[in-house]
Amino acid sequence: MKQAVKQAVRPARTVRGSAARLGLMAVPVAFFAVFFAYPVAAIVARGLEVDGVWRLGRIGDVLAQSDVRHVLWFTTWQALASTALTLLVALPGAYVFARFDFPGKQVLRAVVTVPFVLPTVVVGTAFLALVGRGGLLDELWGLRLDTTVWAILLAHVFFNYAVVVRTVGGLWAQLDPRQEEAARMLGASRLRAWRQVTLPALAPAVAAAALMVFLFTFTSFGVVQILGGPTFSTLEVEIYRQTSQVFDLSTAAVLTLIQFAAVVAVLAVHAWTVRRRESALRLVDAATTARRPRGAGQWTLFAGVLGTVAVLLVLPLAVLVQRSLGASGFGYYRALTREDGGAFLVPPIEAIGNSLQYAVAATAIAVVIGALAATALTRRDAGRFVRGFDALLMLPLGVSAVTVGFGFLIALDEPPLDLRSSWILVPLAQALVGVPFVVRTMLPVLRAVDGRLREAAAVLGASPWRVWREVDLPMVRRALLVAAGFAFAVSLGEFGATVFIARPDHPTLPVAVARLLGRPGDMNYGQAMALSTILMLVCAVALVVLERLRTDRSGEF
Amino acid sequence: MPSEPSMPSSLLSLEGATVRFGGRAVLDAVDLGVAEHEVVCVLGPSGSGKSTLLRAVAGLQPLDAGRVTLDGRDQSGVPAHRREVGLMFQDHQLFPQRDVAGNIAFGPRMRGASRTEQQARVEELLELVGLPGAARRSVAALSGGEQQRVALARALAPRPRLLMLDEPLGQLDRSLRERLVVELRELFGRLGTTVLAVTHDQGEAFALADRVVVMRDGRIAQSGTPLEVWQRPADAFVARFLGFDNVVEASVAGQVADTPWGKVPVPEGAPQGTRTVLVRPAGVRVLPADEGLRCTVTARTFRGTHVAVHLQPEDAPRLEAACALRAAPEVGAAVGVEFDAADVVVLGRSGVPE
Repeated sequence: MKQAVKQAVRPARTVRGSAARLGLMAVPVAFFAVFFAYPVAAIVARGLEVDGVWRLGRIGDVLAQSDVRHVLWFTTWQALASTALTLLVALPGAYVFARFDFPGKQVLRAVVTVPFVLPTVVVGTAFLALVGRGGLLDELWGLRLDTTVWAILLAHVFFNYAVVVRTVGGLWAQLDPRQEEAARMLGASRLRAWRQVTLPALAPAVAAAALMVFLFTFTSFGVVQILGGPTFSTLEVEIYRQTSQVFDLSTAAVLTLIQFAAVVAVLAVHAWTVRRRESALRLVDAATTARRPRGAGQWTLFAGVLGTVAVLLVLPLAVLVQRSLGASGFGYYRALTREDGGAFLVPPIEAIGNSLQYAVAATAIAVVIGALAATALTRRDAGRFVRGFDALLMLPLGVSAVTVGFGFLIALDEPPLDLRSSWILVPLAQALVGVPFVVRTMLPVLRAVDGRLREAAAVLGASPWRVWREVDLPMVRRALLVAAGFAFAVSLGEFGATVFIARPDHPTLPVAVARLLGRPGDMNYGQAMALSTILMLVCAVALVVLERLRTDRSGEF
Repeated sequence: MPSEPSMPSSLLSLEGATVRFGGRAVLDAVDLGVAEHEVVCVLGPSGSGKSTLLRAVAGLQPLDAGRVTLDGRDQSGVPAHRREVGLMFQDHQLFPQRDVAGNIAFGPRMRGASRTEQQARVEELLELVGLPGAARRSVAALSGGEQQRVALARALAPRPRLLMLDEPLGQLDRSLRERLVVELRELFGRLGTTVLAVTHDQGEAFALADRVVVMRDGRIAQSGTPLEVWQRPADAFVARFLGFDNVVEASVAGQVADTPWGKVPVPEGAPQGTRTVLVRPAGVRVLPADEGLRCTVTARTFRGTHVAVHLQPEDAPRLEAACALRAAPEVGAAVGVEFDAADVVVLGRSGVPE
């Protein structure tokens, strides 16, 4: 009762507070205005403005083309199918991770998470090595899936397995099992209790995870680019093709707008489900709800999930590594150090250095921008405007890397902002994709800091800046490191945006892999495998460091 | 030195301090002065605005009208961290990632004390609050009472001009509370600290304070020494808040009040006319059934030194009487009641009976 009264008498917002918040917001807002809104506006202009006249009819013209309609249809149904398949395969996994206790659980959790931070190019390459021409299945049974949609769907499941396990399993582990027990005591069967008690509690998390998976697969680029061949093309791939092969920037711009609209719609639904997820659930410590599997049924389920993880997640990566070692004496790896004068002006190995440099710069930018934004968003009295900004920050994540890259390409290549020849262009684009991860990781932790702790520090003589340093920073230091790790991994693997803007003599790892795959011959194929393996290892190391740092799993990723 | 001629002795003064939350005045034109070395306790039910009062003085809550002065200096525009007042939060709000010493040294550190000074201050304060040697302990490992002591030490460490306590003993169990309140009182007396505390517990307020201020709906209902407030509650609200239930409307003429319980004698010189009258339980004397006001005993509550007997007259409000252990009648018994003028108080007009 008393607490409720205390809640009601929250301090009114002050002019000073608003000014401070605006100050914090200024940098992220400016960043997004210049590097996101401006390029998107440039895309709109490029697509719909002809000789200074706005022609909205362009949208209709483009949509009338049968091949565009075909791409739209394929993009949508493969995303729906991928989402359904991912839920089907990953929900049992979520249950096993939430409710079962077994030796090596931490390791297995890391293994499951690796695919999520792997670059799309690596995933594409790995599945190529498994189901493509000359792949493992081809060798064993003459089975090739790379000409069917199954290769794409399986790669999407591979990718998003962790999204479902983390989002749904994380909540599942914290649901109080006694709720279900209470239902059992009131006469519900085991299944009925699950359906009536657990499922409704999980539903918002399942919906949120499904929407994330839909979003990721709807805007899938690297995987489809590599596995789709000439037959299958998503909007993203089509935008890239129109830009880099057909050179029809106007059509590409219209396609980008269509995708933009679709993504905004999905994100709006996502924001809505997230808010629903914050409904009052009785959560308990995840460590107390898990126990050893018991009985034949539970052991079968456990074994099934282990088998799925082994075949679907581990096997492709193992095949990738095995293929990369195909030439004797690390031949493919040694070939990477040689200048070949083909698509590369430099030895492919230099891509590692480029990638690391870009990723460090992108991480620094993303962490600064993301931390400022998260701090501004933390204020309890954050109004509608600030919440809107929260959703805005998510846009680059969903709006797809290709949009960002394409926007940079057409907006930042001429005065007033000509960054075409500047190396900073690539880190900027990668940071834009990384910021949402930083914000999402830090927000829950910052929000969990009790506001009165800050007041206690202020009364003891700490200025607002010192309050942040003395109270907030020690609590979020870990989250900040985790966020930086995510941003780093995302930057390393970023492909969609980078492929537009990376200079030919400064390829990043994923760009180099894609270029190698685009050329014929065993040597190029082998080098692509080798470079992918290196990229995978770098990302896996980053992830292992992350997992060690990460103690609470309150974030969304 | 302070140079406010109108209130030379007040270290803290509030003049017309007003705070509104969405149109509702949580603090409604409050005037309050706290003299140097004085211990003032603000007493009131939840939602009466007492915590907001502390937050306003601390600078955590901006005023919508009025002003706060410390040492005669207007504090409007002075941020919380420059006011040099201490605030002990209701649930302590110790910094979880720092140990006991880190918490206590926080204030001196913010004010630029050297490492040696900080360390000396920590030891001095731990000694003072009775936790010597606890410097390196984690705050998570402290019991409720220990946390309370560390919170007090932390608030005292920067030598605040004014120490404010928000429900200082609220979370602790009864016996610990009673012991700590005595310790606090003794400590403040020894240090000469100026204290402004808020609580909803009258026992705590009376034990701690030189002066008690009763608040109701953002206004001050009464201010006085514990004895004054206890003996002469200003109005029906204060009387009921202090736990007195024998409060009725009456018309007073001479030394007699006409109440629903019949004629009740009042002390000499009592205010006249339509008034609210309080009869303390000790002034309700239980007689054999055929004398005085006829009542039925509905309940008996053992209170240690006496028994509280609830009496239901035939058509008048219930009465509570304090009886000696042996003299207390059984539940269901029929008794008579008579009143003692010494324990009857005619209250002010401002009271609104509930």
